Amino acid sequence: MRAQVATATQPLAHYAESFRGLQGSATTAPWFLRKLRQDGFVRFSDRGFPTLRDEDWRFTNVAAIAQTPFRLVPNGGRLPAPSDLAAYRIAEAAGEWVFIDGRFAPSLGSVRDLPKGVEVGSLANEIENNPGAIEPHLGRYLNIERDPFSALNTAFIDDGAYIHIPRGTVLRSPIHLLFISTAHNAPSVHHPRNLIVVGETSQATIIEQYVSLGRGEKVLCNTATELSVGDHSVVSHYMIEREEEGAFNISTLRIQQGRTADVASHSLLAGGALVRNNVHPVLAGEGGECLINGLFLGRHRQHLDNYMLVEHASPHCASRQFYNGILDGHAHGVFHGRIIVHKQAQKTDAKQTNRNLLLSDTAQIDTKPQLEIYADDVKCTHGATIGQIDEDALFYLRSRGIAEASARRLLLFAFASECLERMRAGPAQAYVENLIQQALGYVGEASRIQNHQESVP
Amino acid sequence: MSLLEIKDLHARVDGNEILKGVNLALDSGEVHSIMGPNGSGKSTLAQVLARRETYEITAGQVLFAGKDLLALKPEEAACEGLFLAFQYPVEIPGISNAYFLRSAVNAIRKYRGEDEVDAIDFLPKLRERLKLLDMDEKLLNRSVNEAFSGGEKKRNEILQMAVLEPRLAILDETDSGLDIDALKVVAQGVNAMRSPDRAILVVTHYQRLLDYIVPDYVHVLVDGRIVRSGGPELALQLEEQGYAALESAAASSGSAA
Repeated sequence: MRAQVATATQPLAHYAESFRGLQGSATTAPWFLRKLRQDGFVRFSDRGFPTLRDEDWRFTNVAAIAQTPFRLVPNGGRLPAPSDLAAYRIAEAAGEWVFIDGRFAPSLGSVRDLPKGVEVGSLANEIENNPGAIEPHLGRYLNIERDPFSALNTAFIDDGAYIHIPRGTVLRSPIHLLFISTAHNAPSVHHPRNLIVVGETSQATIIEQYVSLGRGEKVLCNTATELSVGDHSVVSHYMIEREEEGAFNISTLRIQQGRTADVASHSLLAGGALVRNNVHPVLAGEGGECLINGLFLGRHRQHLDNYMLVEHASPHCASRQFYNGILDGHAHGVFHGRIIVHKQAQKTDAKQTNRNLLLSDTAQIDTKPQLEIYADDVKCTHGATIGQIDEDALFYLRSRGIAEASARRLLLFAFASECLERMRAGPAQAYVENLIQQALGYVGEASRIQNHQESVP
Repeated sequence: MSLLEIKDLHARVDGNEILKGVNLALDSGEVHSIMGPNGSGKSTLAQVLARRETYEITAGQVLFAGKDLLALKPEEAACEGLFLAFQYPVEIPGISNAYFLRSAVNAIRKYRGEDEVDAIDFLPKLRERLKLLDMDEKLLNRSVNEAFSGGEKKRNEILQMAVLEPRLAILDETDSGLDIDALKVVAQGVNAMRSPDRAILVVTHYQRLLDYIVPDYVHVLVDGRIVRSGGPELALQLEEQGYAALESAAASSGSAA
């Protein structure tokens, strides 16, 4: 009934139809999954899509998503050729695990260097073959009450990545999850759902990369990842959005951190038409540390929204948010950094910094800190800057012989590379650096890698 | 033909005329000093020569090695061999000093149709220049001027000059903010760059720097014009008498004109 009420105001009927199709066809799905989906769909139907009146969505209008009759991508489409993916592979990664419109496509990936006991594969397979490993985690962390897209994702849980890293395991090479949105001749949606469980005292780097193949009708990728990090583990997570400039991408990373766990979330938003990246760590164990490090590069009419919700739920935890944005053309960037310090989270140390460069008069940034502090012995700081290219620095470089266009790119790259400094050196960092250079039109010019090699022994 | 020839140069910023007819000629191998009180236009002249675009040229001509300097962009002037040591060196976070220096060298080499140098070939020369300026090699790995002390910034300017080997070096108040030891090091670096193929223009308010970099000629700039030129003894005279006498003379000649 509720779904029908929502239909009156928003064209949600096709979601209801897709939902009935999914729940009806997959009668083999275990009860906990059917229940999760049902709760998700009810919640989504109650809420409908958010509007600008919703505090969490004040700066991001999703009418274009709400008004498009997206259909689930049908099963069994033609797979792309492996050569189509060559440009997106990361040679030094532990391997590629490829997802076509949210579905695991093992034939397109490869496994090169994975320690014993580490599982990387399909969530759907794991639910079917080992539901006992999934049930304690899936849907336990993601907040479907607050975010309609998370509710929608949960309603359509079908496939995505499942990673399990047992306790005491150190992964030297990053795990690369490659999510490919393919072109269709009708508006299509897919809802990848990822579950990453890292045991105690382990170490891993996980890259989620979102790309497009081909151009067709509108595509919405509504993805959600639950990342559970055990006590004393060290995890870096990368979100790389580089879909084509007509794509819609909504992503949520929900991190659950154990005691003294050290987690870094790095994001690079460079593609997509309307992109929203939610990062929601909960520092649940004492002494945890969380770094949320983001860079967004917008041009033309791109809309790139970074929404952070950092919850300090235990004492002696530290969180750092650093976001840099470079916006050109009519691009619109959003930084929404919310920090909640719960009553018991004494000695919290939370810091938030958002720096933006606007390269045109028509580019726009909305930056909003939001601190909610219920403990009394905490340190919370926030700051935001909005500026243009520093003309003095530009003149300084030019006065040394560096041509204006190169000098501009050098300054932009220097600004963007602040986020690289906060990543561990390694293949993921090198890959992101390369993408930044491409995005800034830097291809073929000297790179920061050389910059580093120049260090004096 | 002089290396630099400034003829009746007028320049203004925000509608205020700062340079009101500067005439000056420098030859290779010479060191000239421009002295003057605050607000006389010294730094404006230095910035105009380095082609800072905030200044509007309203009249006059500048020839640099026979080329119309005022038609050049800042990077072109640099590639032609003009160097300005900034009064306030700019901090550029995120770009290492070593990378910046090599980018500059290669930009200039490219302009001249020469091959670029790679990091390995570049380093020995850089080390030698660092030694000359008593600079810590660690400064090369740090971002350009970021969190440098005042003295380190000024030395870094002279390091750039030593690496880029310009035909004309303009030092804009390079002595400001330096203690006597740093001043000596900087002066030693500049003196090491004196050469028959190079001219140096030292812009300063105080005579002190000229004890260590002894100029061939001293010019006094007052209210946008050069009101007197002479040898190094003119600097000493100014140190004793101050600019007041020259300023009042300039004011009366200005009203007479």
